[in-house]
Parts: sequence; C-alpha cells; structure tokens
Amino acid sequence: MTIEEVRQIILNILADIAPDEDISSIDDNTKLRDQIDLDSMDFLDIVMELRKRFNIEVPEKDYEHLATMAGCVSYLTPLLKNRPLASS
Amino acid sequence: MSDLNERIVITGIGLTAPNGNNLKEFRQNLLNGVSGVTNFETRYMGQVHAGVCDFDELKYQKKKERRRGTRVGSVAIYCSQEAIADAGIDLEAIDRSKVGVYLGVTEHGNVETENEVYNISQYGYDTKFWSHHHNPRTVSNNPAGEVTLNMKITGPHYTIGAACAAGNMGVIQGVQMLRLGEVDLALAGGVSESIHTFGIFASFKSEGALAEHEDPTKASRPFDKNRNGIVCSEGGAVYTLERLPDAQKRGAKIYGEIVGYAINSDAIDFILPDPGRQAECIRLALDRAGLKPNDIDILNAHATATQMGDIQEAKAIRDVFGENSKTRINNTKSFIGHTMGAAGTLELSGNLPAFDDLMVHPTINLDNLDPDCALNNLVANKPEKLPSVDYIMNNSFGMFGINSVLIVKRYH
Repeated sequence: MTIEEVRQIILNILADIAPDEDISSIDDNTKLRDQIDLDSMDFLDIVMELRKRFNIEVPEKDYEHLATMAGCVSYLTPLLKNRPLASS
Repeated sequence: MSDLNERIVITGIGLTAPNGNNLKEFRQNLLNGVSGVTNFETRYMGQVHAGVCDFDELKYQKKKERRRGTRVGSVAIYCSQEAIADAGIDLEAIDRSKVGVYLGVTEHGNVETENEVYNISQYGYDTKFWSHHHNPRTVSNNPAGEVTLNMKITGPHYTIGAACAAGNMGVIQGVQMLRLGEVDLALAGGVSESIHTFGIFASFKSEGALAEHEDPTKASRPFDKNRNGIVCSEGGAVYTLERLPDAQKRGAKIYGEIVGYAINSDAIDFILPDPGRQAECIRLALDRAGLKPNDIDILNAHATATQMGDIQEAKAIRDVFGENSKTRINNTKSFIGHTMGAAGTLELSGNLPAFDDLMVHPTINLDNLDPDCALNNLVANKPEKLPSVDYIMNNSFGMFGINSVLIVKRYH
C-alpha cells in the first residue's frame, strides 16, 4: 500500500466521522484537531474504524501518533503494508 | 420564588408527527382525515405498520451531531427549537440557566442497544467492536441532554419515564418546576423513536396486540369492532411553558392555560388497565381545575386500539362523564398510531387549535363501533364544529397502570 493510499484511507475515515468539515485541504504537518472539529470521541472513532476496516489495534500509548496526517501515515503505513485496500 | 398557584400557559409548540412537521400541517391533516401510518421495514420482522416522521434532521443539527446522537435526540432538538421559534423567544437574550428541559419517554436505549448488538454480530460478537458512543446514547437523559447541548441550555434537564403516559407527564413536570421557581421557562413534552427497535413491535405481536390491516392507513382503529392492536409510531411535541405574568409581559401568543392535571397508579397489573383508577385520575384532574365533567368540551381519549385497553378506558369515561355527557370525545391515534412517549403532548397539540377554529377532529377508521366502547358524543370519521370550546382534556395511560390527565383552558 502506497503512502498516498494510506493517506486516502485516513481521509475516508475523517469524511465519515467529521461529515461537516472540508477535509480536502488538510495540512499534513498541522494537528488535525487544529484544522477540523475533532474531540476525544472522534479519535476513538478513528481507532474503531481502523479496527473494523483493517483489524488494526492502536494501543492508547500510540494515540499521539494520530495527531497529524503525517503522523497517521508514518504510523499506519507499516501496519497496513500487507493489507488489501478497503473500498471504504 | 415559588408560588404554587401560579398560572402556567403554553406559549410555543414544536412538533413532528407522522402526518405533519408543524402544528398547522398536523391540524390540517387531522381535520382532513389524513393518516400518517405507512408500511415500514423493521429488522428481523420485515414489514410492519408504523407512523414515520420526515422532519428535516439537519434543520437544527450538524451532520456530526446527528451521527453521534440518537434519533430521539434529533426529534427532541427539532421540536424544542421549533417551540422556541414559535414562541418568539430569543435564546441569546435570556438566562439559559433558568430554562429546564423535561421530556417524557416511554422507553429509551432499546434502539441503540439493538443496533450495537446487530453491529457486533457482523464481527462474530466480539465486544471490542461495541461502540464507545453506546453509553452516552443510552443514558436515560439522552434526549433532553442532546437538547441542552444543541441549544446551550444550562438549566436542569431530564426525561420522565412513564410508559405511554409520559407525554402528559413531561408537561406536568414543567408546570411544577415553574411553580416551584426552579426555572423561568420550561421546554416540556414527550418524544419517541420507538419504531427503530424491532423489539417493541415483536413484543406487541407476541402479546397479540400489534395492528395489521391490508391498508396501513386503516390499521389504527380505536373503538372499532375489528381493531386488532397498536400501530407503533415515532414523533415528538415540546411546549414552551411560562408563568402567565411573564408571557403577558413579553406579549406572547398564548395557546392555552394548564388548569388541571393528575397522575395516579392502578397497582393491579403489568399491562391491563383499571378503569376504576383511570376514572379516579380524571376526577382528580377535574377537581383540581374546579370543573365538572360537562365543562370539558373535548376529551382526547388515550385508546390505542387494543381489545381490552379501549374497553377499559370507555368504562372509565362513561363512569365519569355519564350517559348524557355533552363532552365530545375523539382519538388522535387513529391518524398517527401510538407515538408512545410523545403521545400525550402530541395528541393534545392536535386539539389545541380547536380553541380558535372550534372544530373537533374525529377518530377515524371507526366503521363498526364496538358496543363495549360505546361513548356518548364520540366524534366519528368526520370533524364536528362546536359553538364554543373552553376546556380540552387529554388522557394518557401506560403500562404498570400509570395514568395521567391534563386539562387545558382557552386563554382569554
């Protein structure tokens, strides 16, 4: 799975859990929370969607890696390496 | 400061019914005989009859709020916002710590729990897929709590769980809290999302009390010989309640004054109602209002079209009102089915315009009156115009023999 594909996976999840937000211009190195309206329940939604869609478990100590898009991509790319691209 | 004799008035109404998303639409359809009952697909059971609302959830909520919350939270927010708008109250300009939200519910949490059980069934019943949203969605105060978040209300909020008597009881709670001086404005009423749980339908079916008819609009037929049960419906109605001097001071439109209420319990059975206690409840409400049965112009009966429930209520009404009563009796469930926690407030709302237009909407689908349900001046199938309408009574009864009665007086 390419970096671009991993990025798209995160965008797809964000589109579902933050449906009122414009996610097309997200800056990869700025905290997601500072760009769109996300709270702790939303981060738990991201974790849940990764679990549901890719059977990936993100332990609580690793939540900090999900703070930015760049962090999400670098954290998730190795985990998603051998997984097929989910349609959603 | 509390004043237990303070006069309390209805100054705004927000509602969603299966046949109308505001009072005007709802009233028109009640006078024109338009049912809101349709066929509805429900999980595991397939097609059932239900009253389904089509209000715009996104009129007052963001998509995320809706996604995170519950259907009944959405119903409650829509009705509360519409009530405030109808009352002409600027929320920004009032002290929102003195606003209370009191909503009646028949049940809460069934829909969300069923959804989660279904969700984890798709993952081999592994509970790590159980949503973290489950608890906030299923706490009993959820519908009222969602209203406070949406409208930034910081006064008290809670629901009143009282089976199908709950709608009246939300209003009664509002009246009491205004009189106690706990709040200056009450958003009070009842709400329901019950059609989104198969369990309600399945339980009524197992009880032999789920309505079936080839034409869904004819399925809800209270007092009819061929009635065969309840049509479950969703809906909501919320009033703004104010103390009369406050309403007068701001030149508010006044729909009516709540002059009497009563709540009591049968204490005999889980589901079978007791006409004796129902009659007591009606008499208590009349006594508190200082009225005689004949003073009531319109009585909105609770009857849900179950075999025994309708007969028991008819007995109670005959006992209080006698054989020669002039009181007109109608039934709103014949149009919209049983909106459960919303029923009390919603059905009363449909009747309140009678103070102005003097029309009594009928009970529809009454083709063959069950002699055991015979009532004097039962308004059947066609509306009736009265020379005057000064008092409307609303009955709402529920499981465990919880009875509630409200009396509203025309304001003049």
